[in-house]
Amino acid sequence: MSRDLKTVRSLTQTAFSRAFRGLFVLFLLIAIAACSAPPADHPPGEPWDPYENTNRGFHSFNKGLDRAIVRPVAYTYSGIVGDEVEDSISRFSNNISMPRAIVNNVLQGNMKGATEDTYRFVVNSTIGLFGLFDVATDLNMPAATDADFGETLAVWGVREGAYVELPVFGPSTERDTVGMVVDLFLNPLDYWIRDPEEYYVFGTDVSATLTSRQRLGRTIDGVLYDSADSYAQARSLYLQNRRFEVGDSASGVYLDPYEDPNLILE
Amino acid sequence: MMFDAFNSSRRGFLGGVIGLGVVGLTPTKGWSLDEARSRALVDRVVNEINRVIASGKSEAAMIRDFERIFGRYADVSIIARSALGADSRRASNAQLRSFTQAFQGYVARKYGKQFRDFIGSQIEVQGVRRVKTWHEVDATVRLSGRAPFKVAFLVSDRSGRDLFFDLLIEGVSMRLSERTEIGSMLDANNGDIDRLISAVQRAG
Repeated sequence: MSRDLKTVRSLTQTAFSRAFRGLFVLFLLIAIAACSAPPADHPPGEPWDPYENTNRGFHSFNKGLDRAIVRPVAYTYSGIVGDEVEDSISRFSNNISMPRAIVNNVLQGNMKGATEDTYRFVVNSTIGLFGLFDVATDLNMPAATDADFGETLAVWGVREGAYVELPVFGPSTERDTVGMVVDLFLNPLDYWIRDPEEYYVFGTDVSATLTSRQRLGRTIDGVLYDSADSYAQARSLYLQNRRFEVGDSASGVYLDPYEDPNLILE
Repeated sequence: MMFDAFNSSRRGFLGGVIGLGVVGLTPTKGWSLDEARSRALVDRVVNEINRVIASGKSEAAMIRDFERIFGRYADVSIIARSALGADSRRASNAQLRSFTQAFQGYVARKYGKQFRDFIGSQIEVQGVRRVKTWHEVDATVRLSGRAPFKVAFLVSDRSGRDLFFDLLIEGVSMRLSERTEIGSMLDANNGDIDRLISAVQRAG
């Protein structure tokens, strides 16, 4: 009886995981196809931003959220919790996301990155006490790749798509939004961390976010509250930095200003 | 704490020395004279910035020092014209001059304020590579308790001297970011260049 039950359970699990995988692939294909391309006459160097009106709406929502909640909470939190503790929590949160980067490196065919990240993860999880200490960096091991699925899609040749600003999550592109959703399922650790532990992990992610909001305070405040058009500035910064991370040189950094007819002095 | 370009990258240092010595003999091999010069420029900039940060002066005094460094080692004229973009075509020479002046002070104030966050940092020059008509000098900034990040100086002699015309931090170009910002400021002033100039004088 109990053996039958086991068989039934394992059969349902197989069927379920197959269906899930099918759905997942289908979602991915639809999402990739949905990454839009700018029309042929779109000026090069200009961001492809067909949803600008909606994006600007979300941008002011995000700014309000930062002003009312994230910024004050981040400063209060950092005022109460000591720097050492904050750093440890951020390192833990970072370390526990490493397996996802390893999976993405493998998907990108970057075996060197996958190996280096694996060494880093093993060292920090053991000698570094579950990632509370970053021993790997102290040992001068190669820097973490921080590979994510948006980058994997870029390596696979999926186009960037339009710029989007998401509520709460902020600047992104169509491709990176798909990447972000897929990344939710790509960390093998998530399949074995059950509650209540997974809430603790989520808690450390929140802590890490608050810490970086406070540490980068001056820079972020400058973009959000001091620039003439914070939406345009955030869009420009996000796209430049993201293209740098995924190794795409489309951002116009490499256009020669000395050859630009608009900039030549008479 | 201070800049240590030399022990970090022995290959680069030796390459620089050898490049200086043998460039006349083997111009295509190793480091060219241009590369060594570009690197020397960045070394001087980084040294001076480190000295200002370590001086412990007041913020206002530091910003004055940064403005002097920026004016001396950067091609402020091309960066300012890049920030104006196509609108620099319709600006008069006088407007262009006072815009460039205002822009130099604005950049010093805006970025000078952030240098305080870099106290105790180390900048290591990693290498130089040729891109189109200029050289890109790549460096890593290390700060305790934070992940290291990459900066790059783009150095060109097209102005007649070796000067940097852009600074990239993790791929974010100062020149392109300021083009966006100045463009937004110009829009906010209905495209009036004179009003833009006075806004830039106040900003940062």
